[in-house]
Amino acid sequence: MLFIAPAVILLLALLVYPVIWTIRLSFDTGRGLEPREWVGLENYTTLFTEDRRFLNLEEFPPEGALVNNLLWLVLYTSLCLALGLLIAVLATRVRYEALIKAIIFVPMAISAVAVGLIWKFVYSPDPDIGVLNALRGGLGLDPLPYLGREDTVNYSIIFAYVWASAGFAMVVLSAALKGISQEIIEAARTDGASEWAIFRRIQLPLLALPISVVTVWLMINVIKLFDIIYIMTAGGPNGKSQVIAYMMYDQTFQGGKGGYGSAIAVVMLLLIIPIMFFNIKRFRSQAIQG
Amino acid sequence: MTTQAAELVRPKPATASARLVEFLTRSPVHIVLIIVALVWLVPSVGLLVTSFRPRPDIASSGWWETLSTLNFTLDNYDEVLSGADMGSSFINSLFISIPATLIPLFIGALAAFAFSWINFPFRDTIFLAIVALMVVPIQMSLVPMLKLFQSLGENVFGDRTFITGSFAGIWLAHAAFALPFCIFLLRNFFITLPRDLIEAARVDGASNFRIFWKVILPLSVPALASFAIFQFLWVWNDLLMSLVFVQEPDLLPMTVRISQVQSTYGVEWHLLSAGSFVLMAVPLIVFFSLQRFFVQGLLAGSVK
Repeated sequence: MLFIAPAVILLLALLVYPVIWTIRLSFDTGRGLEPREWVGLENYTTLFTEDRRFLNLEEFPPEGALVNNLLWLVLYTSLCLALGLLIAVLATRVRYEALIKAIIFVPMAISAVAVGLIWKFVYSPDPDIGVLNALRGGLGLDPLPYLGREDTVNYSIIFAYVWASAGFAMVVLSAALKGISQEIIEAARTDGASEWAIFRRIQLPLLALPISVVTVWLMINVIKLFDIIYIMTAGGPNGKSQVIAYMMYDQTFQGGKGGYGSAIAVVMLLLIIPIMFFNIKRFRSQAIQG
Repeated sequence: MTTQAAELVRPKPATASARLVEFLTRSPVHIVLIIVALVWLVPSVGLLVTSFRPRPDIASSGWWETLSTLNFTLDNYDEVLSGADMGSSFINSLFISIPATLIPLFIGALAAFAFSWINFPFRDTIFLAIVALMVVPIQMSLVPMLKLFQSLGENVFGDRTFITGSFAGIWLAHAAFALPFCIFLLRNFFITLPRDLIEAARVDGASNFRIFWKVILPLSVPALASFAIFQFLWVWNDLLMSLVFVQEPDLLPMTVRISQVQSTYGVEWHLLSAGSFVLMAVPLIVFFSLQRFFVQGLLAGSVK
């Protein structure tokens, strides 16, 4: 028991107790980050029905941090998977496989702060700084402030983060592809199957499990999304690139609204629980099979 | 195929363009891969080139134009590393990351050993409860942890900023957050070790701690390394927890310092580009020297 004591004490003090405390604070105004005045469910009702920065259903398409997370969930997850799969499949057919895989994977190692700056530089509205606007200039087009426009900002940040994360999808899917017996594929080729048919009918079905592993990882990434938004736009312009984790930080530490921020944190927890539950369940069934 | 690969890496200058055209027309697979590689390389190469350009050049012309002038300098790196702010923040990042890796590694390994090789009541229940804590996002703990550190500092050490004004707060915060994953990963590795070996050591009268220290740890270097690398990079690259738990300006890590430089000075690209590459240097060195453990750690980390 002595062996688990340090871990258990640390977890009780710094994880379990804070979770209870945050849930408690989410029913309070929490001004100055202390319990002040019990307000019941008010933070939650405000969040979902009144606060347009969080959820605005009056516009079409809907807007707000929660909607942005949904956009991220769809676009970021599918782009990472598609690019990761494409590169994993194509790279096995060339001799420079290791090189191309290293190029795609390296951004995984670096901080979101660095990723944010690298892409802020690419998107710079100054055609003497940003390579994209230099290209636009070359085509005779006016510079576009990618991160300063409400209609482009989310797509620009999403692509920057896809650049940083697709390597993860590629590595997992590539490892799984290598695990598929070469004999099956050769047999299909001998039978006259096209390359597309081999991918669609043999490789893709066998990749179902690793694809779900990657999807879960990417989805949790989206819910916790913070650093890259903080660095690239701080939620702007006009709160257009806000996401829930950023809003939690902003409301709590910049706005001093501890109760409101705590309610957003609880929403994050509630979004993560079903995903993790699915993940753990799958890992256990895998362990039983293995 | 062999020659194709060689051409891609090192095209012979004289006939490079002709070979490239031939190479490109040969197969759409290569075209797709080369486009992808360019999209992945150009952004970082652009910032890397910029970090070596003199400050006036950065403002007046694009980095792609340096290829003709070849005017490079190390001044930006000098300014970053010798500047009181950024240079010391690099050291701070090390002072934060190394203990924030070793503390959970040691505490977590101890617990993981108990969960795999010592019998005690409710062992599996406690283990599952700890694993379940992996769902908790950092945001659920930020405010109460901060409050706890402040009141601990005030009541135990007589100074409200005793913990948040030192590295202790960020070490503890990172350690607590890493523990569930660390225990999960290491326990899954420890239970695969041969039972006979541990039983034999027990029969020889070795204490549990001795078995842990002399038998389990030496046999578990790959798992320990995977976790250590994953955790080190996580802490090194972290921004959010440092924003909250490092309140003393002199102790800020590099991620926070760089984000401050960008919001204070706007477009100081000479500092930001060099700073970014100093920040990236450490993960890149870790990545290239310990690639195998790194990928293992990341793959294992996909459950986190």
